[in-house]
Amino acid sequence: MANFLKKLFRKKKPATASLPSNAATAPLSEAQLWDLGNGERPGKYIHLIAGSALDQGQRRENNEDSLLCFNGTLGAGDLATPFGMYIVADGMGGHRSGEIASETAVRALGQYLIQHLYKPLFGPDPQPADESLREIMEAAVNEAHRAVKRSAPGGGCTLTAALVVGTQLVIAHLGDSRAYMVHRDGRMEQLTKDHTLVKRLQEMGQLSEEEAADHPQKSVLYRALGQGDIVQADFFTGSLSPNSFLLLCSDGLWGFVEEDDIQTIINATTSPYLACLHLVEAANAAGGADNIAVILARLVH
Amino acid sequence: MTLSEDQPTRNLDISENATRHSQLRQGEVLQERYEIQEIVGIGGMGSVYRARDKNFKAIRLVAIKEMISQVTDPLVRKNIFQIFEREANILATLRHPSIPRIYDYFTIGERAYLVLEFIHGKNLEQLLAETSGFFPEEQVLAWAVELCDVLDYLHSHKPEPIIFRDIKPSNIMNTLQNHIALVDFGIAKVFESKQKNTMVGTQGYSPPDQYRGEATPKVDIYALGATLHHLLTLRDPQLEAPFSFGERMIGEINPNVSREFAAVVERALEYKPEDRYDSAMEMKDALINVARKTGTLLNLSIPTTVSSGAPSRGVGVKPLWTFEAEDELRSSPTYHDGTLYIGCYDNNLYAVDAANGDFKWKYATDGGIASKPAIYESNLYFGSEDKRLHVISTRSGKVVWTHYTNGPVRSSPRIAEGHVFIGSDDGSLHAVSLSSGRLAWRSEVGSPVRSTPWVGNEHIYFGSEAGDFTATDFRGDARWRFKAKRAITSSPVLQDGVVYFNSMDGTLYALDANTGWAVWRFRLGKGSICTPAIAGNMLYTGAADHIIYAIDTRSAKEMWRYTTEHQVNGSPIVHRDAVYCGSVDGSLYCLDAASGRMRWRYQTDAPITGTPVAHDDMIFIGSTDKKLYAFLA
Ligand SMILES: Nc1ncnc2c1ncn2[C@@H]1O[C@H](COP(=O)(O)OP(=O)(O)OP(=O)(O)O)[C@@H](O)[C@H]1O
Ligand SMILES: [Mg+2]
Repeated sequence: MANFLKKLFRKKKPATASLPSNAATAPLSEAQLWDLGNGERPGKYIHLIAGSALDQGQRRENNEDSLLCFNGTLGAGDLATPFGMYIVADGMGGHRSGEIASETAVRALGQYLIQHLYKPLFGPDPQPADESLREIMEAAVNEAHRAVKRSAPGGGCTLTAALVVGTQLVIAHLGDSRAYMVHRDGRMEQLTKDHTLVKRLQEMGQLSEEEAADHPQKSVLYRALGQGDIVQADFFTGSLSPNSFLLLCSDGLWGFVEEDDIQTIINATTSPYLACLHLVEAANAAGGADNIAVILARLVH
Repeated sequence: MTLSEDQPTRNLDISENATRHSQLRQGEVLQERYEIQEIVGIGGMGSVYRARDKNFKAIRLVAIKEMISQVTDPLVRKNIFQIFEREANILATLRHPSIPRIYDYFTIGERAYLVLEFIHGKNLEQLLAETSGFFPEEQVLAWAVELCDVLDYLHSHKPEPIIFRDIKPSNIMNTLQNHIALVDFGIAKVFESKQKNTMVGTQGYSPPDQYRGEATPKVDIYALGATLHHLLTLRDPQLEAPFSFGERMIGEINPNVSREFAAVVERALEYKPEDRYDSAMEMKDALINVARKTGTLLNLSIPTTVSSGAPSRGVGVKPLWTFEAEDELRSSPTYHDGTLYIGCYDNNLYAVDAANGDFKWKYATDGGIASKPAIYESNLYFGSEDKRLHVISTRSGKVVWTHYTNGPVRSSPRIAEGHVFIGSDDGSLHAVSLSSGRLAWRSEVGSPVRSTPWVGNEHIYFGSEAGDFTATDFRGDARWRFKAKRAITSSPVLQDGVVYFNSMDGTLYALDANTGWAVWRFRLGKGSICTPAIAGNMLYTGAADHIIYAIDTRSAKEMWRYTTEHQVNGSPIVHRDAVYCGSVDGSLYCLDAASGRMRWRYQTDAPITGTPVAHDDMIFIGSTDKKLYAFLA
């Protein structure tokens, strides 16, 4: 009997030891989740973790950036369906219409996505949605476009929105906010293309990189939400791999902090939330000339 | 985003919420004179209404354009209204058959109104939305000449030229008499806030110089070029990157357009203003020359639909060898160790020397063979109409074992995890043990399974003729199901956690391999039984609409399409930087994988329904002309 207990104990001990010291207190901190994520855990149970930060910066009198960071994991049986919605919008236009536009965009898009994904995810008999994720996203962007035109006529905003269902990732994009995939091995892959006139002129070989860098019309967009009769967003579909961070940010971050530094900050911190704070600090340290919106998300096994 | 230093936000009373604007109602009367009938257009600054002018006994209709000021500061607003009045006065002096007359203007609160001659007709944006085929060249040419004429009139205005600034289909109306009217004068621009980040002109139609703030006649000439390009190609520039007309040559999209007309439009679209026509007058002359040269204005019967022009056939391409079977080769060969194996409708499976096409041996079943053989440890697995899965030795050509199903076997086998997986017309997927030849399990789906299963990601994926797509685990238990609207004969392909397949419902599906959620769908022109081929981020597939498509899997965007002369039922393969695909038109096509440009084409004597196979520098394909062909890649 004593032997049996000993055996049981010996088996159990290393298991307990590998858990974080305060595992009993729920919910776990981001850092603890990170630790769990780094351990080789068998099984298909995956979590989606995310952090975000929004900051006015040092020089602006108002904040025209808005963001939505919404994430969860639905575990049922031995399968988990992570579900995440991440949106960054950066407004433009006079007398508050920039603020109104970005806020409206984030709310309208979020509302549409939740409405259309709620039943398939949480309904009594969970079934994939009738439309594809991309079509839902496309319809959501159209809805947000109409909402912005209604609430902020003449104004507009950028929009970089990511939807994660399972390990699938769908991104809709307009303007010059960005989505990156930041890999653990140091590679940083820009998933979106800036819809700025200067970028386009540069692509066409009409401007050099230096000329583009301090072009007076650097931020003139040729595509934005709320502008024009129809809206034509870029879409990206791919999968979110557990070894990579999904980063969404406004030009308040990428315009002032070098990609190398962004990458170093993200990979140096254990939690997405802390990494977001550090990114905002870095943008402010670089002058904080614009509003800053950052979201980081990652799958952990 | 950056805002200019003199950003006016702070000077304004921000506690005042952005006013919500309501539209005028039917029956409402403005200035005790204009009775609103209905909305005919909605724009950025307000709406356009049709109204009746009650001062006239006879029914006189007017268009009332409403512009709502966004500015709340009374002084700024007053200033804007002054500019509005000044511009309205200028417009009121214009006299041209293509410009609606201005009758009146007035302001009410934060709204300004222009009363215009009512134009009966539709705008070109509406016509674009309604058309099912290309507009006849003569029609577009006639509109172009009239547009140049009215632009010339505006640009010659004294003392200052009037630059329209916003030429685009929705600002051009086509009258009931089939003339042109320019409806939207830049007057509304007065009401837009001059923000650094807001866009000037309409994205897609405006030239680069306009973004630099230049307003010259060349700006209107470019936008006219862009509008004509849209009308001729039906490709909306608002959906493309700016200034990318050069990537969409008119002649390549719409071969009906004369080279001369395309050249005029392309000159108007030159990137640098100095390379465009100097004036609308010069462009008009060029257009009239085109009409003369091509006789377009005389020739009234121009077809409105196109197919891609017949290219030169099989220029210089000859098969290295051919092998003739006794009946049609509808299925696809498999290469293994110097030998090609292919099933035939004469019930035989042939083994042919891949080097020279010499016959090695044949093996007879009791039915036609549509299944592509699979190889595992020197055994050959394939299905036959005789309801059996056959396993024969590649060395001897002798049977090893067979497995009976209750229906013809048209699916091709997939071998994994010690089992062979194959579908049958008996309505189920069979998993048969490789070592014993015994059935391990059957997964019933209720309709024939002709799709070849894909095994990966710890699942088995396959479609059925009733349109069900099933993912089972290795015990044969369904993990998820997806329903297409029609049959899924196409075989799935798994890559990076996504399964891709086509359906007879005319859709290419991309589903999350773990949950069956659709990530995206792509509309094909018609149904498809092809199996997609994937290389990197590009997916290639064909459909019954005669087309071979290249689709970027990350954006779900079509990168190119190539139109063959008949249905594409065989599947494409990618080998090095080329796509090889057969068509029911009888040709094997070799297309550049990046651009879709045809490199060569070889015409066989009957439809091709099978899929080619590549090995080293060789491409092999069967045709229903009974022959198996070998080509140099
Ligand atoms: N005089 C008119 N008679 C009949 N219909 C008209 C007239 N003017 C405009 N319309 C209709 O209303 C639509 C919108 O008109 P218009 O282009 O002048 O306004 P807008 O698009 O709101 O302005 P903006 O492009 O400056 O925002 C037109 O496309 C046309 O269909
Ligand atoms: Mg208009």
